[in-house]
Amino acid sequence: MSKIFSVRYLLIGISIIFIFIMLILPLYVIINEAFHNGFSPYFNVISDKFTLHALSLTLLATGTAVLCNTIFGLFAAWALTRFQYRHSKLLTTLIDIPFTISPVIAGLIFSLTFGRIGWTQPILNFFHIKIVFAVTGIILVTIFVTLPFIARTIMPVLHSRGTQEEEAAALMGASGLTIFRRITFPHIKWALLYGIILCTARAMGEFGAVSVISGHLRGKTDTLPLLIEILYNDFKMTDAFAVSTILVVLAIILLVLKNIVEYKWHQVKE
Amino acid sequence: MIKFTKKNNHRVSIIPGFNLSLGITIFYISFIILIPLISIAVVTNGITWQKFTSVILDSRVIASYRISFICALTAAAVNCFFGTILAWVLVRYEFPGKDLIDGLIELPFAIPTAVAGISLAALYSPTGLIGQFLAPIGIKIAYSPIGISMALIFVTIPFVVRTVEPVLKNIDPVFEEAAYTLGAGKFTIFRRIILPELIPALLLGGGLAFARAVGEYGSVIFIAGNMPFKSEIVPLLIMIKLQQFNYTEATSIAIVMLLFSFLIMFAINSLQIYQQRLIRGGR
Amino acid sequence: MNKKFILFAIFIIISSVLAGCKSDEQSASSNNQLINVSYDPTRELYAAYNAAFIKHWQEKTGQAVTITQSHGGSGAQARSVIEGNDADVVTLALEYDITAIEKTGLIKKGWLSSFPHDSSPYTSTIVFLVRKGNPKNIKDWNDLIRPDISIITPNPKTSGGARWNYLAAWAYANNAYQGNEEQMKKYMKKLFNNVLVLDSGARGATTTFVENGQGDVLLAWENEAYLSLKEHPDEFQIVSPSISILAQPSVAVVDKIADEHGTRELAEEYLNYLYSPEAQKIAADNFYRPTDENILKQYADTFDLNIKLATINDPLFGGWDKVQETHFKDGGIFDQIYQKK
Repeated sequence: MSKIFSVRYLLIGISIIFIFIMLILPLYVIINEAFHNGFSPYFNVISDKFTLHALSLTLLATGTAVLCNTIFGLFAAWALTRFQYRHSKLLTTLIDIPFTISPVIAGLIFSLTFGRIGWTQPILNFFHIKIVFAVTGIILVTIFVTLPFIARTIMPVLHSRGTQEEEAAALMGASGLTIFRRITFPHIKWALLYGIILCTARAMGEFGAVSVISGHLRGKTDTLPLLIEILYNDFKMTDAFAVSTILVVLAIILLVLKNIVEYKWHQVKE
Repeated sequence: MIKFTKKNNHRVSIIPGFNLSLGITIFYISFIILIPLISIAVVTNGITWQKFTSVILDSRVIASYRISFICALTAAAVNCFFGTILAWVLVRYEFPGKDLIDGLIELPFAIPTAVAGISLAALYSPTGLIGQFLAPIGIKIAYSPIGISMALIFVTIPFVVRTVEPVLKNIDPVFEEAAYTLGAGKFTIFRRIILPELIPALLLGGGLAFARAVGEYGSVIFIAGNMPFKSEIVPLLIMIKLQQFNYTEATSIAIVMLLFSFLIMFAINSLQIYQQRLIRGGR
Repeated sequence: MNKKFILFAIFIIISSVLAGCKSDEQSASSNNQLINVSYDPTRELYAAYNAAFIKHWQEKTGQAVTITQSHGGSGAQARSVIEGNDADVVTLALEYDITAIEKTGLIKKGWLSSFPHDSSPYTSTIVFLVRKGNPKNIKDWNDLIRPDISIITPNPKTSGGARWNYLAAWAYANNAYQGNEEQMKKYMKKLFNNVLVLDSGARGATTTFVENGQGDVLLAWENEAYLSLKEHPDEFQIVSPSISILAQPSVAVVDKIADEHGTRELAEEYLNYLYSPEAQKIAADNFYRPTDENILKQYADTFDLNIKLATINDPLFGGWDKVQETHFKDGGIFDQIYQKK
């Protein structure tokens, strides 16, 4: 029995050391720098109207991206794991493309597609639609960058479960929605939750792609990460890190929400 | 022409929703991914093959491929190892501070990469909090390829943990207990029962981490040193080309990276499906 | 239920597109709005200037005007305008970046002479930032190639501003070696061999030098060096080399967009007013050298007026197009420095 305990403590120890070095220390640097000038300048920075605007834009882009990608993720995971057909590998890999593209390039291709020198420009001009260097573009690239998360976290679980249970249910005449709700969902709910959390976190923090197509218009198309960069480049290191702490707080809120959902699910189970 | 027909040699699936879910998937992918992707082809259309190869095979570019890929691979491997341990600890054990660790996992995604890069450089530079202890014994982390790997490890931590975790949660401990009562050692149980279930998720998480790491720019440039042939990454070279308004050459290098990462993901996906068939065949 | 889901998704996408369009129409239809696309780190300069200009415009025409600022790397900002960012005016770090916009037809040829002093209302130069007390005794460019010196500078290829660093060194080498190009190249090679970290942007290089304590000397714009001094008053000092370069950030009206928006008059006045005594003082307060000689003299204790300044139009350089061609294009002199031995 003691051997099992030692393995347990070893693993916990490794985890804590890893987290401490890789996550807590950088976090410490950020918070330390943010409060470098004390509390009152800190609150001035985070309650600035441009900061608040950037926050609301970040939340809007994140919310829309997560919603769209959740819906897509569920359908895609269903389509790609419950059926066998030619080219399913190709389709799966296509979903991965946003991961494999450098964010800067991701932004660039949107700019080259919908921008002034893009090939869709005549159509967009005709309808007076402006996509890049506007809020729409920011939402679109955020969706693009975070597209795979939910689909890809659900898929391994569905793969490892196999399709027998769903097939049995279908044989017994259950409708698609019932099968999903009663059989599939209970298995994938953790994966779905993690997927949504990853997707949200990534959408909030995305910088590279958004930076290319935002135009950095202050009070219009500045997201929090972009604002942080502008402050930093303006020799306002402390302010930049102060704004970063907003994202840290958002990440913590996300964690609390996750714990609530987990707790509720456990209750339902019991 | 690609046709998404069900394979005839397999029994036709009776699970409903094939057309609907596939339709939505393809529509969404075309709109969000494929249309923008066409632009790369449009932009590089004007370049001759000769020019293309001379751009992507330049000695400095090749040096940067090597740096990027090696550092990304290191980061992915490190995260596979620690990520599995973390996921295991988070799913199986209870200990004080667990919730804190759990919540910190997503932090690298939420923090803009530039902030991460600046903080890591501050930590690991020879005068930094950690760097000051490493500098006297001759270990240089910031402004060297090790620094690049460090930044990439940070940026990709969540991938492996969060893909392995749900799978672990779904493994029924009954099998392990059975194996344990039959006298199997801890390690044997892990290797024979748990690891095979984890491999698809591990491959996927590692692959995603790798792909993301290869393309990462924001955090790396602050800690890399960016010296040509020594610590210059591929995305930086792309930025250099863009800075000179040289779209065609920038996208040429981007295409190489894209193809490479695409092939890796394709291989991983194929491996997964192959492995899945093995498991099915065994049952 | 499934159908509802899809409809919902489509609704979300469409509504977000519409939301985007609506906000653009607002900015396009009103000619009391101005978008100024600028570079780093001019945020405080333009925050102060915009306030002054809004007052000036109110007094002059009785109209209220809103100005939207955009900041980022100079080259990236130029690219964003080319790709669709609707800037009425651009105020960038390099003439070269504005010329790139001109080549797409958005700005008319000859913009350089639209405003006084080659369309640069304020200038700066390249100086050395060293640690307090100058422990390595760095006085001039020839000290930088000593083997015991390590240099921090941004990469001239990624940072537009850093091209001035390179050119200032080249101007020194030209003086020191009487134009012997072989020796000048050798000097540049030695100089860049001493570079410890080649950051991608000016601010990154400053962080490396200031916060992370790397290197003995930072090559920086004068205004950025002063900003670092302001943040860390007792840790650093500025050394002015014997010769440097007149860094001229350029401004221009983006003709096509200003005409579309109907903001030409406003845009021109916005840039013209940059030359007014009031605006020149604002520039000097933000550590940019005013082009107005009288005001520059008032700030003689801030700026070292004894540095000999080469300009980009000297025969040595022959303008940006030529500089770009010989020095910075792929395989140019700068790339040769980093050729593999």
